[in-house]
Amino acid sequence: MKAFLMYRDSDFDMQQKLPANEQALIQDLALDTLFAAMARGDKLLFEVAKKAVLTGLTNPDGIVYRQRILQDCLQNASIIREIYAILAESIEGRKKYYYSFFSKYPAAILHQAIEQLELFFDTLKKMRTIADQYADHFVSEGFTVFFAMLRRELDDEYLSRIEEYLKELTFRDGVLISAELGKGNKGSNYVLRKNSEEGKHGWRQRFFGMKTPVYVVHIHARDESGARALAELRDRGINLVADVLARSTDHIRSFFTILRTELAFYIGCMNLQEQLVNMGAPISFPLPLNLGEPGHSFQGLYDVCLALSLKQRIVGNKGKPDNKKLVIITGANQGGKSTFLRSIGLAQLMLQCGMFVPAEALSASVCSGLFTHYKREEDAAMNSGKLDEELSRMSDIADHITANSLILFNESFAATNEREGAEIARQIVSALMEKQIKIFFVTHQYEFAHGFYEKKSEDIIFLRAERQNDGERTFKIVEGEPLQTSYGEDLYNKIFGTA
Amino acid sequence: MKLHSILFGEMADSRITETETAEVPDFFSDLILDQIIDAITADKQEYHLKPFFYTPLHDINLIRYRYEVMQDLADRNLFDCIKAFTSKMSCMREQLVQADKLHYKYQKESWFLAAVEVYCEAVGCLVHDLSLVELKSRGFLAFRDYITEYYQSQIFTALLTETKQSKTDLSLVQYCMLIQDNCIQVRKYAAETDYSAAVEKTFEKFRQGAGKNYQIQFSDYPEMNHVEEQILDFVAKLYPEIFSRFDNYCIVHDNYLDETLKIFDREIQFYIAYLEFIERFEQNGLKFCYPQVSSTGKEVCAYESFDLALANKLIGEKVRVVCNDFYLKGNERIFVVSGPNQGGKTTFARTFGQLHYLAGIGCPVPGRKAQLFLFDKLFTHFEKAENIKNLRGKLQDDLVRIYDILNQATADSIIIMNEIFTSTTLKDAGFLGKQIMKRIVQLDALCVCVTFIDELTACSENIVSLVSTVVPENPALRTYKIVRKSAGGRLYAVSLAEKYRLTYECLKERIQ
Repeated sequence: MKAFLMYRDSDFDMQQKLPANEQALIQDLALDTLFAAMARGDKLLFEVAKKAVLTGLTNPDGIVYRQRILQDCLQNASIIREIYAILAESIEGRKKYYYSFFSKYPAAILHQAIEQLELFFDTLKKMRTIADQYADHFVSEGFTVFFAMLRRELDDEYLSRIEEYLKELTFRDGVLISAELGKGNKGSNYVLRKNSEEGKHGWRQRFFGMKTPVYVVHIHARDESGARALAELRDRGINLVADVLARSTDHIRSFFTILRTELAFYIGCMNLQEQLVNMGAPISFPLPLNLGEPGHSFQGLYDVCLALSLKQRIVGNKGKPDNKKLVIITGANQGGKSTFLRSIGLAQLMLQCGMFVPAEALSASVCSGLFTHYKREEDAAMNSGKLDEELSRMSDIADHITANSLILFNESFAATNEREGAEIARQIVSALMEKQIKIFFVTHQYEFAHGFYEKKSEDIIFLRAERQNDGERTFKIVEGEPLQTSYGEDLYNKIFGTA
Repeated sequence: MKLHSILFGEMADSRITETETAEVPDFFSDLILDQIIDAITADKQEYHLKPFFYTPLHDINLIRYRYEVMQDLADRNLFDCIKAFTSKMSCMREQLVQADKLHYKYQKESWFLAAVEVYCEAVGCLVHDLSLVELKSRGFLAFRDYITEYYQSQIFTALLTETKQSKTDLSLVQYCMLIQDNCIQVRKYAAETDYSAAVEKTFEKFRQGAGKNYQIQFSDYPEMNHVEEQILDFVAKLYPEIFSRFDNYCIVHDNYLDETLKIFDREIQFYIAYLEFIERFEQNGLKFCYPQVSSTGKEVCAYESFDLALANKLIGEKVRVVCNDFYLKGNERIFVVSGPNQGGKTTFARTFGQLHYLAGIGCPVPGRKAQLFLFDKLFTHFEKAENIKNLRGKLQDDLVRIYDILNQATADSIIIMNEIFTSTTLKDAGFLGKQIMKRIVQLDALCVCVTFIDELTACSENIVSLVSTVVPENPALRTYKIVRKSAGGRLYAVSLAEKYRLTYECLKERIQ
């Protein structure tokens, strides 16, 4: 049995590796803020959100599959939260038994497994009931298949068979074991045999009613080693069935765990949605396009992490870089360039993991990898210079980046004189463009930006943080050629109050 | 059937006392052959192989006999099937040891049966395998004839048939136990269904990968407790014909093991141990060869040879091994090796000794190609730290040892000296050294002499000067190369740099 609520045909793997640049992404896009909003203090929700966001999909089909499921969740929030609660209780409940599972004796293992199974049996019944009651409230492919599976696999006949096992496995009529002669003629290949259907005393009747002789070994009441030998023989007999049962409870638990993990992602999305709705911030389900397909456009796109930190709705941007390969963003200090860059990255991650995006509307092609290269604070402990450090990070990126990736540069390669920095940046950007990598580059380096502007290439678009003539920032990003000043004077005037 | 030895061929009869009493030769520790032989035989203690390695053959014909066997064994197929045979024989012995330890009859008999079964399988497989490989060595051809004849003999076929019968008989025994309270009822098995399997099937749908295994590993010590013995007694009563036939089988075949195969099983380990040992070197690109061995010509040579003991250590540390070439032609008999310390001089001297010794016991030697001399005796004179009491004592001791060596050595001997006369003045050492060299030259023996006394290189046309070399640009770096060259030479240093590969061209190359 599989939940298949994250992928149409496989489990969501919490052990999967995060991309190599995980740390950089988290730092540069302030992802912890996003995860925390999804988690609302729950550790599992946080971890699942992190895994899911950082390991997004690259097929639009799979993304839409999740979007539909998420829409179902938003429609049936209370049912989803109830299932989640049932699972959590069932899984946590096992913990008190877990310790004794390390027992050395099959009899003890069997006993524990039966107790555990009784608990899970309850949960399975509850899930069946929910499926019976609410299945028709859900329209997504994922949930339709999921509920149908629960009703099919956990039908009444099946549930009663489990109940029967729970009784039989107490072995009140003795344990019947078959054996062969193994190494050194010792008994081997002990196999537990099925209890007869002839009623409670069937065994004895069959045993003594047979034509072949029956011999009886009696263990004397004071023969302690004999009693131990007998117990061991019995243990050998039930060893396999104890294993099967203990393993089965593990599997059921694992099914519950995967189901809970997959639901945790949607619960995280639901949590985030509630917060955004409360602050009046818009969300929408984006349109994912195929790898390399043009059609990048957005409206009212905002930095969700900034909104969550400020706890208020913030200004969104619109744009249509469509099939551009290079987007160069210049303009005023504190004019919203970094925020804009972050909103591009965040929206991309959210789109690819199947979430809604913080925008009124958005469409974008999926990318094969998202990379960020941001200016970093000077690290006192570091031996190499700042440019060295930047190049070293760029080199790491070059080891992993592939065609159809998206890379965000924020004031990169400025840690040297402008001419040299521009030349390094030019070479890197030119090579990346030729390799079909989409680039957003926030820069103050006029030399670098202007160099590309003069090429008048169809592949490049220039955006600018808007500044009104009075020096007021609108925090809007608009199209415009790079200027030689970033209005640092404005900032100086503001701080020193000489305006 | 003729007795036959894979190690001594036709000499088999005369060898026994000679080899088994062999002691560690004196020069073993100087040449570090002791460590090498320890390493070679480490995993083969049960075969007691060291005497074979302590005994030079002094017989070119027998050396070639062993080379042939070794070369046959270079065929992986043959090697693997011999290995399979010996591991079965070893398994057989373990079963017998176990049978010996037990007291309960049906148990002892079962272990005995297992031993014979493995033995029959070992013989059968080997005969079959040998029929499929192409053999060239006298040793293996004779052995194949022997074992094939044995395999077809009445004595073996009877053993095989009856073993199979007993095995089949016992495998048919199936019984059931019903355990309830403090009773166990024992009877024949009557095809009841497998309960565990049924349970497993029910829960199949929840299966997620393999998962944790909760089966308890019961300690499977071979002994039975009294309850198990009682049960087995009853099982024997349930199947009386099978068990009486089995008793009889064990008595009849008590003495089943063939003596020649038993000896073969041990002797072949000499080859296996050596070949397995050198495999590791070959995997690291080092070469071994079958040298030309002569008892008359003293023009010896070796190419890409190395010190086995040092290489063994370096490979473990993943350090590259430096190989060396050497040759003596015409009247050349003596290498005098000089040059900076830690440059590989002693290693070279040991290599020369090891090569000759290993060739003398019929083993391939380190190197791509070699021609070696079949010596009568090998002497080493290496510094003995434990003998240092005072300077005079040490020098005197050195001289006494050399005197003894020169008294015993013949024209067919090999003498290896390392740093002689370090415990006296340079002038004295020079004088003494020259005297000794003169005597070795007169003796016409092969010799390697490691020394810091440059002038020893020039005292006879029979002497070849070798020098350990350094990197020309940086004298602190040793190359460990020993070359024919007169003593002397000084040199310089070098340096390196690196870059990030992030230029336009580089990046385009890097990104896929």
